[in-house]
Amino acid sequence: MDFELSEEQRMLRDSVERLLADHYGFDKRRGYLAEPEGWSRALWAQYAELGLLGLPFAEDHGGFGGGPIEVMLVMEAFGRVLALEPYLATVVLGGTALRLAGSDAQKTALLPRVAKGDLILAFAHGERQARYDLSDVMTTAKRKGSGWVLDGAKTVVLHGDSAQRLVVSARTSGERDDPDGITLFFVDAAANGLARRSYPMRDGTRAAELSLSDVKVREEDVLGEIGAAFPVIERIVEAGIAATAAEAVGAMEAMHEMTLEYLKTRQQFGRPIGDNQALQHRATEMLMELERGRSMAMLVAMMVDEPDATERARNIAMAKVGVGQASKFVSQNAVQLHGGIGMTEEYAIGHYFRRCMVIEHTFGDTAHHLSRLADQVR
Amino acid sequence: MDLRFTADELAFRDELREFFAANLPQNIRERMRLGHAPSKEDTVTWQRILNRHGWAAYSWPKEYGGPGWTPVQRMIFLEENQLAPAPEVSSFNITMIGPVLIQFGAEEQKQRFLPRAANIDDWWCQGFSEPGAGSDLASLKTAAKLDGDHYIVNGQKIWTSTAHHADWCFCLVRTDPQAPKRQQGISFLLIDMKTSGITVRPIISIDGSHHLNEVFFDHVRVPVSLRVGEENRGWDVAKFLLGHERTGIARLGKSKERVKFARESARDMRANGRPLIEDPAFRHRIAQLETDIKALEITQMRVVSAHDRSHDGKPDPLSSVLKVRGTELLQATTELAMDVGGPLSMPDWAQELAALSNEPELGPEWATEATRSYLFLRAASIYGGTNEIQKNILSKAVLGL
Repeated sequence: MDFELSEEQRMLRDSVERLLADHYGFDKRRGYLAEPEGWSRALWAQYAELGLLGLPFAEDHGGFGGGPIEVMLVMEAFGRVLALEPYLATVVLGGTALRLAGSDAQKTALLPRVAKGDLILAFAHGERQARYDLSDVMTTAKRKGSGWVLDGAKTVVLHGDSAQRLVVSARTSGERDDPDGITLFFVDAAANGLARRSYPMRDGTRAAELSLSDVKVREEDVLGEIGAAFPVIERIVEAGIAATAAEAVGAMEAMHEMTLEYLKTRQQFGRPIGDNQALQHRATEMLMELERGRSMAMLVAMMVDEPDATERARNIAMAKVGVGQASKFVSQNAVQLHGGIGMTEEYAIGHYFRRCMVIEHTFGDTAHHLSRLADQVR
Repeated sequence: MDLRFTADELAFRDELREFFAANLPQNIRERMRLGHAPSKEDTVTWQRILNRHGWAAYSWPKEYGGPGWTPVQRMIFLEENQLAPAPEVSSFNITMIGPVLIQFGAEEQKQRFLPRAANIDDWWCQGFSEPGAGSDLASLKTAAKLDGDHYIVNGQKIWTSTAHHADWCFCLVRTDPQAPKRQQGISFLLIDMKTSGITVRPIISIDGSHHLNEVFFDHVRVPVSLRVGEENRGWDVAKFLLGHERTGIARLGKSKERVKFARESARDMRANGRPLIEDPAFRHRIAQLETDIKALEITQMRVVSAHDRSHDGKPDPLSSVLKVRGTELLQATTELAMDVGGPLSMPDWAQELAALSNEPELGPEWATEATRSYLFLRAASIYGGTNEIQKNILSKAVLGL
C-alpha cells in the first residue's frame, strides 16, 4: 500500500501544471473555444513536445511507457483548467483501442503519429437507441470483396469532428444486444459515405453525429478480431471512466477553491458570508465529497489494469458512482454558494459545473452503474 | 502508487486471521455475529487473549508492552478484529489513557498503570463531559482544590460510558478557576473509582441499555501523584488524547461486517413475493453502501499511509472526515440490518425474555439486536466530538473559514 508519487510522476505533474498555468486562464480558454475546432492546435503541439500525447504508449511506438497513474495526473491538471483539447478522445479512447486491439503494423503506423500530435482519433461507438448499453450496436458491417461495408449511425462521438481517423464499432454478426458479433474498424474521416455533423456539447467540448452509408473499409483497417470487440470496448470505456474521474477531481478542486475564496471575500450584512456556519458546514461537506471523489479516482486508476475482469468492473463501477455523486454535490453547491454570479455565463463556476455534468453522463451515469452493482448483490 | 497490500502486509493479515480463527471463543464470536454489544466479560476475556500474544495494546510501542506495529498494521488489525467479529479492545484503556501516559505520564505512573491497562486488570472510563460542558468542553466546572498532597474533587461528570464497570477514571478538573483563559486552569487526574465520595448513577439510553452514567464527586481525595502532566496543563493532555489515533475512528470493519450480515440474513426474509436479497431497492441500498465504504476505505488508506511516512504523530486534518463519514456509515449499516428484520425488529423481546426465562425463543435474536444497535449508535455522531463540531474543526483548520 503506497499513495506516494514517484519522482518522475511529480515532475510530470509539475511540468503539466506549469504549461497549463501559462496557457490556460479563463479568458485564454474563451479564445480556444472560438477557434474553428473549439480547441487549440498550438497547445496540442506543446502537449506533444512535453510527451503527453505518447504518455501511455510503449517506447517502441514513440511513447513514454506511462501507466494509468500518469494519465490520472495529466487529466486532473486538465480538469483544473477545463482543457478543451481532444486528449480523452485521441490518447485515452483511441489510444486504448490501438494498444489493446491493434496489430503490430497498426500500432507502428499510428501510435507514433498520435504521440507527435499529427493524428487525432475518436471512438465512435454510442448509438441513439443504446443509451449507455455497450452491447447495443445496430450499425452493420458486411463483407464486400476483400473488405467491408459499414452502414448505420453513431451519436455523441467525442471530438468526432476533429478526428482524422475514427474507431467505429459495427455488428458483423448477432442480434442487437448481443455482446458477441461486434467488430472495430478504422474509418478515415474522408471516406466516401461518411457524413459528420459537428456541434458543441453543453460544456463547450466538441462532438459529432456520424452517419455511415455504404462506407468501404479495407481488411487491414479491421481493429482486432472479427466479432470479438466487446471486451475491448469495455476496456476502452473503463479507460475513459478512469481518465474522466481524474478530470472531474481537478474540476472539483477548482470549484472548491473558488467557492472558498468567494466565501472569504464576499461581504453581506457587514461581514464575509463565510462567517455563517451554515455555509461553513456546506463547504466542509464539499471538501468531504472532493476527498471521496479523489479516493475513487485513485481507485479507478489503480484498477484499470487489474487482470481479474469481475473485480475490475466492480471497482470501476463503484468509482464512477462515487465520482459522479461527489462531483454533482460539489458543483451544485459551488453554484449555490456563489449565488447569482454562479449562474452567469461570464463566470467560471458554471463552466466547471457543466463539464462535471457532461462527464457524469458519459460512459454510463451514476444510476446506470449503481444498477449494475445492485444486480450483482448476492 | 499502489493500492494493494504488500506481501508482508498480506502475510500479517493472514497471521491475524489464523489467530482469530483459532483463539476467539466460539460463543463470543456468535454473540458478536448476532449483533450483541460485547459484555464486560466478553471484552475482558478477548482483550486478555490478545494481550497474552502482545497484541491488546495494538497502538503502543514495544517498550510499553505493545507490538510496535506500523499505522498500516494497526489499521489491518482493527479491521480484522471487527470482521472476525470480535469485541474491540477497550478504547479507554488502549487508545486513550495508554497513549496519554506514554506521552505525559511520570515513570511511576507508567509502570503502575500501563501493564494493567493492556491486560484490562483496570477498567478505565473517561470523565470529560459535564452537564454544562458538552461540545464546549473547556467550560467544565468540576473543581479540584489542593489540600497538602491531595486534591479535593467536587462536581459532576455525565455521559460517562461504562463508569459502572470502571476501576479508574481519567478526569479533567478545574484547578485554577481564576485562569485568564478557561483552557489554562484545567488539570488531568487519575481517580480510583473506589475512593469514598464517588457516586455512579445509571443513565438508561434509548436502546434500553445501561451504558452511560452520571458520576458525582463529593469531597473525593485524589493524591497529587495521580495528576498527569503539569498542574493547569491538562488541556494539552486532552487535546492530545482527542487527536490521537483518529484513523481507527471510522470503524470500517464494523460497517463491512454489518453489510455482510445484512446480506446473509436478507436471503431468509421475503419482499414482494421473493427473497429480500433479490429486491431491487434493497440491492441498490447495498450497492450504494458498499460504494461509500470503498471510498472511505481508500481515504483511510491515504490518511494511514501518509501517517506511516511522516512519523510526526500529528493527526491528519482528514481524520475529521473519517470520523464524520465513518459514523454516518456505521449508522447507515446498522439501520440496514434493522430494516432486514422488518416488523420482527420492532418488538422489545429482551424485556419479555427477562420476565419469562423458560418460554421458547421469540423472534430472531439478530433482529432485536440490530434495533438495539441502531438505537445505540445514534450516539456515534455525538460522541468523540459531534459531527457538527468536526465540521467546525475542518472549516477552521483545513478551509481557513
